[in-house]
Amino acid sequence: MKLLNRSLIYLSLVFFIIIGVWSFIFYFNLKDEIRDSIDDGLDNNRLLILMKTHSDPSLLFQDEFSGNNFKIHPVSKESALAYRDIYKDTMMYRINENDLEPVRVLHSAFEHENDYYRITVISSLVEEDDLIEDSFWSVVWLFIILIVSIVVVNNFVLRKVWNPFYDILNQLKTYRLEKNKNPIEANSNIKEFIQLQEASNTLINHSKKAFQSQKEFTENASHELQTPIAIIIGKLELLLESNSLSEEDAEAIVKVISITDRLKRLNSSLLLLTKIENNQFIEQNVISVNALTTDYLSNYEDLLEFKGIKLELDLATDLKIKMNASLAGILLSNLIKNAISHNKKKGRISIQISDEEFIIINSGLASALNSNRIFNRFEKDQSKLDSTGLGLSLSEAICYSYQLKIEYSFVNDEHRFSINFKNILA
Amino acid sequence: MKILIIEDEVDLRETIKESLLKEKYIVESAEDFTSALDKISIYDYDCILLDIMLPNGNGLDLLEELKKMGKSENVIIVSAKNSLDDKVKGLALGADDYLTKPFHIAELTARIKAVLRRKNFNGKDCIEVGNVNLNIQERSLLIGAELVHLNKKEFDILNYFMSNKDRLVTKTALAEYVWGDHIDQADNFDFIYYQIKNLRKKLDQAGAKVNIETIYGIGYKLIEK
Repeated sequence: MKLLNRSLIYLSLVFFIIIGVWSFIFYFNLKDEIRDSIDDGLDNNRLLILMKTHSDPSLLFQDEFSGNNFKIHPVSKESALAYRDIYKDTMMYRINENDLEPVRVLHSAFEHENDYYRITVISSLVEEDDLIEDSFWSVVWLFIILIVSIVVVNNFVLRKVWNPFYDILNQLKTYRLEKNKNPIEANSNIKEFIQLQEASNTLINHSKKAFQSQKEFTENASHELQTPIAIIIGKLELLLESNSLSEEDAEAIVKVISITDRLKRLNSSLLLLTKIENNQFIEQNVISVNALTTDYLSNYEDLLEFKGIKLELDLATDLKIKMNASLAGILLSNLIKNAISHNKKKGRISIQISDEEFIIINSGLASALNSNRIFNRFEKDQSKLDSTGLGLSLSEAICYSYQLKIEYSFVNDEHRFSINFKNILA
Repeated sequence: MKILIIEDEVDLRETIKESLLKEKYIVESAEDFTSALDKISIYDYDCILLDIMLPNGNGLDLLEELKKMGKSENVIIVSAKNSLDDKVKGLALGADDYLTKPFHIAELTARIKAVLRRKNFNGKDCIEVGNVNLNIQERSLLIGAELVHLNKKEFDILNYFMSNKDRLVTKTALAEYVWGDHIDQADNFDFIYYQIKNLRKKLDQAGAKVNIETIYGIGYKLIEK
């Protein structure tokens, strides 16, 4: 949920409560005020009528409203004296509305030339349900107008105010430690945003340093290992050439050499993997996948023949991509080598190149590989001890750095790898 | 043949030196930038092995000095960095070859031989052992006067053996030479045995005066009969 919407929800809630409570209080105050002034009017009317009775005694005999707003009944002295003025609400039939309508009534008593009378004065009252309905709707409208104006303010004004924030956010989102050199910038003089920008830049600098030292460490460690490995291999190979060696000794030494060789391949693969992940292969060329494939295949011609592997090539279209030449070579040759070395005798390899895809299918192990783990580092065929288990990780790392999709599937008892190059078509 | 090894790591320097002495070369060595610069300014070498990362200087700067003196064409750069940049720079400065550490002794021997051949035979790039003549440029094999056809891998293997004449070539070194880096080697040895078997047959049939000996189960050695 966006910050703007969240604040909108809270504001509407608060407005709802405030306006609700306020309208109740307002309503009752208003009603009280209206009653007060009606009661004053009734009292005034009563006085006026009493004054009028002096000049027109016939009024004293008006015991029905019948058009007027008062009626007078004679009463005994005792009940008149016991009488207190009462204001109250009641309902009366109105011809024009053809309905009972609320009226305000004043019951009072008075004395006129030693006779006692009871007087009832009425005044029509505001229709309460109408009042409630009217005020309800005006409150609803008030609420709606408030919310709409908040939305408008949010969207046009607050958005503008928050602009530097979204700007910083976008810069952070697309920030790549290995590529971006400049710190994050925000055009704002608002203190919080400036602080945010400074904090982001501090964090970026820390990460950059960590990234750099990690990068250097992996690279240095791998490089520093190269010379000792070279010494081990060299010394052992010279030792093998000495004449005083027994056959068993020689075989033991060869074993050590081949293990050292594995160490060497492991080391250089890890180094390569680090370089790929650090995006150190910058130069891009236009490369023909077809040409590269046939080139590598020609290198393995003899091996394919030896293993009796049938090769089916479908190079219908010339697929051209924009990629670093070394990486493209490693990517394709790893997949081709993989298809050869995990194949079976008299097996087959099928390579299909389409408008945007490179597909290589090979026979081999009769069960599917675990497609979740196949690209993991050091994931390898347990029967192949000499394998480093890094070949497919390298391919995946290369695909990842170019955002290509590499997929494994097991179709018709054959292993199928496909790479989609549509992101980098040349 | 006079060879200079410029390498700061004493053990590696000694190992390379020992191997080169077996080839009957005259070997000198330098352990840092200044002593290397002294040596290359005074003497001429048939081949220089140059490490890029040196104490008190960069091997590429040394290469630049060599280029100025017109002596850079017989340099093999030996570097722990498998960096395309360095490779391109080095070759642009006139170096003949670029070898990444770690390497097999047989590989180094073959590379040095190649440099010496190119330098001394004026571009006629051939290896001759007995009556066997391997033309590297044309990728052809002459045994006596007979032209013998070899497939690609057989040719590579024979080239490697002949460059390492009388020296042990281990099967791991051979497999790496034949396949390059990053191949699962285990099941490719079979293939290499098979190629060597065919190669021996072809050599024998043509009456070649060389023999590929099997040394225990560890490797091979090409000798002149």
